[in-house]
This record gives sequence, structure tokens and C-alpha cells, in this order.
Amino acid sequence: MLSRTADNLFWMSRYVERAENIARVLHAASRMASVPGTSDGITNEWESALAASACLDAFVASGREVNAENVFEYLAFAEDNPASIRRCLEIARSNARAVRTALTYDTWEAINGAWIDMDRFRSADVSPSGLNRFISWVKEVSLRVDGSAYRTMLRNDAYWFSRLGVYIERADNTARILDVKYHVLLPETEPVGGGLDYFHWSTILRSVSALTAYHWVYRDSIKPWLVADLLILREEMPRSLASCYANLATFLDELARTYGRQGESQRQARRLHARLRNARTEEIFQGGLHEFLQSFIAENNRLGTAITEQYLV
Amino acid sequence: MGANFFDEMLGSPDGCRVPYLGLRKWLDETPPELIEQRRLDAELLFRRIGITFAVYGQEQAEERIIPFDIVPRILTSEEWARLARGLEQRVRAINAFLRDIYGPQDILKAGILPPELVFANPAFRPEMMGRKVPGNVYVPIAGIDVVRVDPDTFYVLEDNARTPSGVSYMLENREVMMLLFPELFSRHHIRPVDNYPEELLATLQSIAPPTAGSEPTIVLLTPGQFNSAYYEHSFLADKLGIELVEGRDLVVRDDVVYMRTTEGLQRIDVIYRRVDDDFLDPLTFRPDSALGVAGLMSAYDAGNVSLANAVGTGIADDKAIYSYMPEILSFYLGEEPVLKNVPTWRCREPEALTYVLEHLEELVVKEVHGSGGYGMLVGPASDKAMREAFAAKLKAEPDNFIAQPTLALSTCPTWVDSGLVPRHVDLRPFVLSGADRVRIVPGGLTRVALKEGSLVVNSSQGGGTKDTWVIDG
Repeated sequence: MLSRTADNLFWMSRYVERAENIARVLHAASRMASVPGTSDGITNEWESALAASACLDAFVASGREVNAENVFEYLAFAEDNPASIRRCLEIARSNARAVRTALTYDTWEAINGAWIDMDRFRSADVSPSGLNRFISWVKEVSLRVDGSAYRTMLRNDAYWFSRLGVYIERADNTARILDVKYHVLLPETEPVGGGLDYFHWSTILRSVSALTAYHWVYRDSIKPWLVADLLILREEMPRSLASCYANLATFLDELARTYGRQGESQRQARRLHARLRNARTEEIFQGGLHEFLQSFIAENNRLGTAITEQYLV
Repeated sequence: MGANFFDEMLGSPDGCRVPYLGLRKWLDETPPELIEQRRLDAELLFRRIGITFAVYGQEQAEERIIPFDIVPRILTSEEWARLARGLEQRVRAINAFLRDIYGPQDILKAGILPPELVFANPAFRPEMMGRKVPGNVYVPIAGIDVVRVDPDTFYVLEDNARTPSGVSYMLENREVMMLLFPELFSRHHIRPVDNYPEELLATLQSIAPPTAGSEPTIVLLTPGQFNSAYYEHSFLADKLGIELVEGRDLVVRDDVVYMRTTEGLQRIDVIYRRVDDDFLDPLTFRPDSALGVAGLMSAYDAGNVSLANAVGTGIADDKAIYSYMPEILSFYLGEEPVLKNVPTWRCREPEALTYVLEHLEELVVKEVHGSGGYGMLVGPASDKAMREAFAAKLKAEPDNFIAQPTLALSTCPTWVDSGLVPRHVDLRPFVLSGADRVRIVPGGLTRVALKEGSLVVNSSQGGGTKDTWVIDG
């Protein structure tokens, strides 16, 4: 397969996945913001949404003021934000269009249709129901693209490259969503482990559709280290870092088998996967959750680079 | 109904031609609302599939769909047999002409063609002189534009020997028609066109260089997704099961062309290129071009890769050369042309120029190298100011223009907002010439001028398309 084709497939799925994750971050932020934080009224949920999407610096630099309306507009629609949902879908669609011969009709239709339907949401309706409608729609788009790829694509390198994009991006995003908690400061008047803290952690779980899973796995009230355990180390949790790495290792191995050659990306993925399998939550918390997540995000980026160098250029 | 025009369905204002009886009955029986609904369905389908084309020079017009008319155009198998015979003959002559022009140049020696028409022509590629072309076929893919003026007369309006486009619309129009109007298909014996990709693949395989194995690697070279015909490029690559490559995917090493793949470099044998000559190889042609690949022409010279179409074929679709086609045909084949040329005045000839200047109101004047309906004057639709401006251009550069009478192009019933109306049509059949034989699928792309009275059918000028049926019986 052409390197450029593989590259487009890889980024097409990354951008669809990214759009979904930004929608999830927005959802989490709007939930957090809908609960009165403190008596002094200081809340920074929207800032945390920007931080979780790695957009905070660019947002501030653009001179916008942090408020619900501006952040929603910026993350969902802004043309000048290369990571807005609109731009993500646009890039995904452009990637798909460049390689439509490598896509099944269903998958192309899912992406092209999404791009056409995006126009319906061009004007930001920031009412809670408007925001929710938009977020559900983005999640549906991602489901459709993912589902059509799963159901219709041949299990060959085209499929594997598109999967690699999904899991690299998802690992990155799960780490970032988990890190939101670091950015949402608890007001000094609120106790750690108190009502608001509890609410924040449950919102994070909810944003990745993991609240029910949490109860199934732990049968316990929501505790920060268990949330981290679920989203970092539990392989049965499909958005966890461990699960993403199990998939990355598998699909990279499929490629290596097909092409008859191992490379740097296989070694890196296996190394990181093994580390996640052997890690313990206590150790992670001892070193600092935020520090762990930041270093994971950097390593995950390095894997992306290794895949690019090995196959995509 | 324009009384001066031959209508392909009605023939005369009060009749209906036999091949159209079934369609006519269906049109009469089907409620207009239903037809309108299906028309909207068709449009939505085109939009969803992404069958788009780009219009250059217009903001935000990057992706438009070509209007699709749901009323098909019908040809009988007798009409088609004659057309096909003429098309094959025409393309045989074009290939012979190109072999000669880039070879011994007998036609110039015989004094049939003025040499400056060839040598001063920007479409002529001196780099191709003396080069051997794989399979001796210069134009594996030709699109010949044909118009009709009465029940018996077809004219060739234009030969497209460079990189003719539109075949994807021929195929998609048929798909959409079969999907939306199955009842029409059950009433007619319509000859299928869907074997076109197979025939194209066989044609491309037939010109593979001897260095290629039994399964040559064929690719389609596109300028990329911002090209107006990108949809077609990806569509064809898909149907042929070959890679759609851009210049940056290719690399030449030791006169062999490779593509960059996830498994390393893979050798390429045949390139169906949809990139113009100028941009193919910066070492031979335009040095500023990034669309092609450096060294391609030396790989070509070494006989390691075939190009379809060959470089330099544009000389054959030049409109000044066109006017000599009857002579060219008889020079190489010794045959009478089956399909007529439109009478043409070459403005480079002083008497012709005088005549053209005096009759601008009746004539269509075209730029010799123009395409897509740009740079032309349609006399009967022009006003005095337009004619005066054009006359100045003509006098300044007479060599650059030819003129033809305004043909009474046939019309076909076409569905517009107000219902069924006659609109002018042309036809672009696609002729495939392999090293082994010529292949033509029955039909082609019918283009229709959607504006009332307009004779310009080009998509860039607001034309639409129709499905084209060749029916048995």
C-alpha cells in the first residue's frame, strides 16, 4: 500500500477520534460547570476543557475571554483553532477524500455525510440542549465511522493503519481527560473527597462512558485511585491506556507479520504495553498522577513518530 | 419546441421516434411529482457519493455536482454501429498520424499539412521525436465529441487525445438511473456499459513494456484532490483496482519508476496519467512542477515504463489540425470518413479570415488550443460589442482561431423546473485502443446545455449530463 495512503488512513481515524474526544471533554466541562462550585463563584471548568484539549495557550493568545460561550465556540467550531471539532472533521474528510479508493463506500459515506451535516451546527447554540445535541451528534459520527470501518473494511493493512490512528489518539485523549482533574482546582473551602471532588471524578468517568463500568469492576464508591486504575491499567476497559496499548501492539504485530519485518514501532508499543501491565496504581500516585500522565502523553507521541517513520513516509 | 432543430425523441413536433416510444409512454404515465422526487433523490445520491468536480477560479466552488438530467438519451443499435465504426476509424487515423508526426513525418513531406501548423504548435513535443512508444499506441484513451443535426448525420466536433475525462459520469449516471428507475430498464433492452473499467484495464495491460511480468503494475497518476477531475481519478483507480498515486508517491532510480509503499519501493510498469505533459517530469518539461516525478522521461526512454496517453498527443486534438482530419484520415487509411468533420474555416488563411470577419454573427469562433468552452464566440448569441471585441482579437492573432457554422444541434427532452423541455445535447464516447485491439463500450457521456437555447454543453459552463442508452430492437 502507498505510504501516503497509509498516512491518510492513520490521520483520518485520528481526527475522527479527536473530534469525539473534544466532544466528550466539552460534555464533562459543561456538567462540571452546571454544578455551583463555591460560594466565591470561582470556577475554571471551561479552562480545564481547553487544557485537556491542549488548546489553552492558543485560546489565550487569541485574546478570547474564558467563558462557556467562547470555549464551546472555540472547541466546536472555530476556524482558527486547528483542533476544533469542525476542523477535525474537515481534515478527516480531506484525508478520506484523498484515499477514498482505500475506503469502503460505507466508511467514506459516513465521513462525507458528517462533513455535509456539519453545516447544520455552524452557528453555535450554547444553550445546554444545543450543546448536548451537538455533542451527541459528534459521538454518533464517530460511532458511524468506526462501525462502518469495523463492519466493512477488509482486515488488511488499510484497516490496521486506520486502527492504529484510533488507538494512538484515544490513548492520548484518555490521558488528557484524566488529567482534567489536575486542572480543575478544588476550591480551598471544598474538602478532598468531598461532594464536589466526588462529582468531578464521576463526571470524568461519565465523559468516557465508564461510570457503570466502574461500579461493575469495583463495587465501591468513587475514589480517585480507582478511577485512575480503571482508565489507566484495566485492559477490559476499552478506553484505558492499557487497552489502547494492547490494541496497538496487536495491530502493529499484524503489520509486522504481513510485511515480514519488525521495527522500532513494534518494540516501542510492546515496551509501553508491558510497562502498563506491570504498573500499580499506588506507584503511579506516589510519583504523581499528573506527572505520570504527562510522561505517558510524551511516550505515546513518540510511538506516533515511530509509526510514521517506519511506514508512512 | 425549436422547429429548426432535430429533436431526438419527437423527430417532428407531432411524432415520436420509434426508439423513444417506451420512454415517452413512461413519461406520460408517471406523475410529474414522482419524477421531480426522483430527480431530487438522484441529486442527493450524487452529493452523498461525492461525485463532484471543481470549477477553477471560483471561490468556494471547489466541489460542485454536475447537474444530472433524469431523461435518458437513446440511440438505436444501428445508429451505434455506424458511430462505433466511425469512432474506431477516427482513432486509428489519430494514432497513425501521431506515429508519423513523431517519426518519419511523411504527411509533411507529402505537403498535406503545413509544417508550421505542427512545429509552431505548443502541443507538439519535440522531445518525443524518434522515441518509441510502447505498443505503438499513442492514444489508448480517446474521447471523441460527436453532435447530431438530423436523423442521419453525426459530426465529430472535437477529438480529445490528451487526457479526456467524463467516463466516470457515464458509469455513475447509469448506476443512478438503474437505482432510481428500475421500471424503465425492465421495459428496454439497454446495452450495459459497466465493463468499461475491465476494458480499460485490458487496454493498459496490453501496452505494458516488455520488462513487465505477466501481471504488470499499473497506477493512475493524479495531480491530487484539488484537480477538477479528482473524483473521476479516484473512481477509476477504484474500479480498476490500481493505486491512485501522486507525483510525490513516485521516485525514479536507475531509470525505473517506483512507488513508495509501506513495504518499501515497488516497481511500476504502466502509468495512466491524468497529469498534463507539462507537469510530468521537471527534468524534461516545466522545472517548477511538483506534480510529476523527476526522471520519468528517462525511465520512459529506457523502455521501463509506459504512459497512457503518450506525451505529445495534444497535437492531434488541436482544432487547427482537426480541420485537416478528413485529409489525414484518407492519407493514412485510404478510407472515406464515416463520421463527418464540421466545415471549418482556418482563420490563418486570409480568405477564410475575411469570410469569418464578415459572418461573425452566424459562426462559432474558437481558440485553437482552447478547451472547456473558454475563449469562444457564439455568433448568434452575441451582441455587437462582443463581436467587435472578438474581431479585434481575431485580427491580432488569426492563427489562434478557427470558425465553424452554428450547427443545428439536436435537442433531447430534458427535465427542468417547469417540466419537460428540449435542450441541446452532444455525445462523448470513449474509445480504447490497446496494442491488441480497439474497444468501445456502447454509449458515452451525453452532455446537455441546460440553459434555454444554449449550445454550450461544458460542465464548466453550466451544462449537465444524461444517461446514454444504446438499445436493441
